[in-house]
Amino acid sequence: MITADRPLDGLIPEVPIGDVFEAIVTWAKNNLGPLVDTTKTVVESMTSGLSDLLLLAPPIVMVVLFAGLGLWLRGWKFGLGVLIAMGLVSGLPYWEQTMQTLAQVLVASALALVVAVPIGILAAENRRFSVVVRPVLDFMQTMPAFVYLIPAVSLYSIGVVPGVLATVVFCMPPGVRLTELGLRQVDKEVVEAGESFGASPAAILGRIKLPLAMPTIMAGVNQVIMLALSMVVIAGMVGAEGLGSVIKESVDRLLIGKGFTAGAAVVVLAIFLDRLTDALGSRTRVAKAKRLTSHV
Amino acid sequence: MGDLTGGSATGRLFLSRSPRPIVDKQTVGRYDLAIMLQPRRRPFLLLISNVRRHTRARGRCEHVRPAAGPDPTAEEEIVPAALSAHSLYKVFGRRAKLAVQRLTEGGDADGLDVTAAVADVSFEVRPGEIFVVMGLSGSGKSTLIRMLNGLLAPSSGRVEVGGTDLTTLRPAELRRLRREKISMVFQHFALLPHRTVLDNAAYALEVARVPTSERLERARQALELVGLTGREDALPQQLSGGMKQRVGLARALAAGTDIMLMDEAFSALDPLIRREMQDQLLELQESLGKTIVFITHDLNEAMRLGDRIAVMRDGRIVQIGTAEEILTDPSSDYVAQFVADVDRTRVLTAASVMEPPRSVVTTTSGPRAALLEMQENHAEAAYVVCRDKNLKGAVSAEAAATAARAGDVATVEELLGDLDVVTVHPDTPVAELIAPCASTPLPLAVVGDDGRLVGVIPRVTLLAALGTPAVEAGAA
Repeated sequence: MITADRPLDGLIPEVPIGDVFEAIVTWAKNNLGPLVDTTKTVVESMTSGLSDLLLLAPPIVMVVLFAGLGLWLRGWKFGLGVLIAMGLVSGLPYWEQTMQTLAQVLVASALALVVAVPIGILAAENRRFSVVVRPVLDFMQTMPAFVYLIPAVSLYSIGVVPGVLATVVFCMPPGVRLTELGLRQVDKEVVEAGESFGASPAAILGRIKLPLAMPTIMAGVNQVIMLALSMVVIAGMVGAEGLGSVIKESVDRLLIGKGFTAGAAVVVLAIFLDRLTDALGSRTRVAKAKRLTSHV
Repeated sequence: MGDLTGGSATGRLFLSRSPRPIVDKQTVGRYDLAIMLQPRRRPFLLLISNVRRHTRARGRCEHVRPAAGPDPTAEEEIVPAALSAHSLYKVFGRRAKLAVQRLTEGGDADGLDVTAAVADVSFEVRPGEIFVVMGLSGSGKSTLIRMLNGLLAPSSGRVEVGGTDLTTLRPAELRRLRREKISMVFQHFALLPHRTVLDNAAYALEVARVPTSERLERARQALELVGLTGREDALPQQLSGGMKQRVGLARALAAGTDIMLMDEAFSALDPLIRREMQDQLLELQESLGKTIVFITHDLNEAMRLGDRIAVMRDGRIVQIGTAEEILTDPSSDYVAQFVADVDRTRVLTAASVMEPPRSVVTTTSGPRAALLEMQENHAEAAYVVCRDKNLKGAVSAEAAATAARAGDVATVEELLGDLDVVTVHPDTPVAELIAPCASTPLPLAVVGDDGRLVGVIPRVTLLAALGTPAVEAGAA
């Protein structure tokens, strides 16, 4: 009904996108059974497998292992920091959940990167594809996570799987974008050199473009992992195990201290993963080569 | 002239570096034989149909045909061009096709919102020559060179490499042509930063799937050619600009192709290094004889390196010729202005500015004959040569006059040693003639490798050569 504050009432039809989405989900639930089951099994086994692996050894051993990794990749100061921080985390009653969260992050990141990097390569090579992909990436990154968590839960039932899948969707875009960016930013003259000596497009991609884009691609990996971590915690609120569930419990029961402690564990994990992947990025041949000062 | 006493053949020589002389009928008339030197010292004998020996009456040899200019292409037409461009066009923009159509029909592409980077460019590059394309930024030279190896496809026209039309090749065939026939050197070196110098130099061979040991060996040899032995394991980041470009050059040489395209290869280097690299390129060219197409915006570089130079402006070629041709005979005001700043003293040589020797007597002439010669030529001294034209020295008017009066000297040979003659080689750049010229009142004697006097350069002539900016038609 047209009124003063609703002047366009009835003039513009309400497009039923919500109904369409719901219909799609229902259709998927009814018809994609086998696909749903396969993905469920795969993701579940990967996550629980990794989680069990991480929980195999007693916490103190794991802490030392992480510190060793930090030492190797970034030096003794970082190794020491990891030892202390992770050590403190191991003292909390949430070690199991921390390892579960870590497992989910790693699985989600791996799945996301396996899809993201090839798409990024395609987008870098083909401008039209890039234009088509971009709004899809925007959608994936900005649509509130719960919106596709709920249908995911309805398809996969409460557990780890919907959380991980939602995480994959959410954390993939930076992988695609930075891969594309890195490839596009490769020095055009070097690519021309490859072409002018008769290298095939595949050889140019593999031997020139990818190595030169690697530092930027590693930045993409870093971003993917960080987003995965933040999302995984949210996913924990829909029934996935891990630190997310601890935080949910604290929120529900207004346990401020507990919530903060679990949050701190998340922060430690975040910094640890961020610095590690950063170090991996600067270990690429190109980054090492660029760091050498030029002298006559 | 000057052989009055001898009475028999003199057989004088005239030497010119320009293929389109400088000699006119009169000048040639005095000489029995003229040898025209092409740039890069490839001599061609002028066709002179009737060589007639001078008689006592020293008349002009009318039968000697003046050189209308030995047609350089006539000698070499039997050799096919290594690389040629035929009516090349490259137009960027949405309505490019329409623009190309209009341009090829002779119209213009105004109002179509397109950029005609290259328009109607045709030229041929002969095997073993350095062909320089010179032009300011935006003249289309970079676009042009990329069409020569297919990096850019022409909007219209064709490029032929050794007879094969590039536009008819499939991508795989084009890649093979690039591996086997053409290599390229880039302005900003285009080295792979994550690979060592040796690996970079071997890159072209790597693409060609040459086995590792062989390609590393060939890369090593190429690095030796450019003087980088001992640096094989360095990374590009550790090298200076000049060294990086040497690696680029080594890479192109290691590829073993006959044709090399050099896209402003030395433009990113500082002036001293640039000179060194130019010298090195010329040196390598002496021994390797590659066919090189060199793009530059630096006039002096073009003059130094180019066997022939094509001047480009707004996508079109405005003149093709040797350095001297362009300097002395610019085809338009644009070209004249363009080369106005060239250091002419580095391009022109003694051979191009010298004059035929006047006031020359043989060693067997007497002092009186020498005096007569000097009087006729209003000269203060006469050069003394042997029968075979070898320069022996000079004799001054005073010495000759004294000897003539005294009557005790038979030939001028005895009077030698009194004047110091300064000699220069025909290839000496004009810049290096100034000091010698200042050190003697006599004209400089231009003496060839065999010691023969081929020309003289009076001070006035040198000054004129230094100063004249405009066209000199037929100046000797």
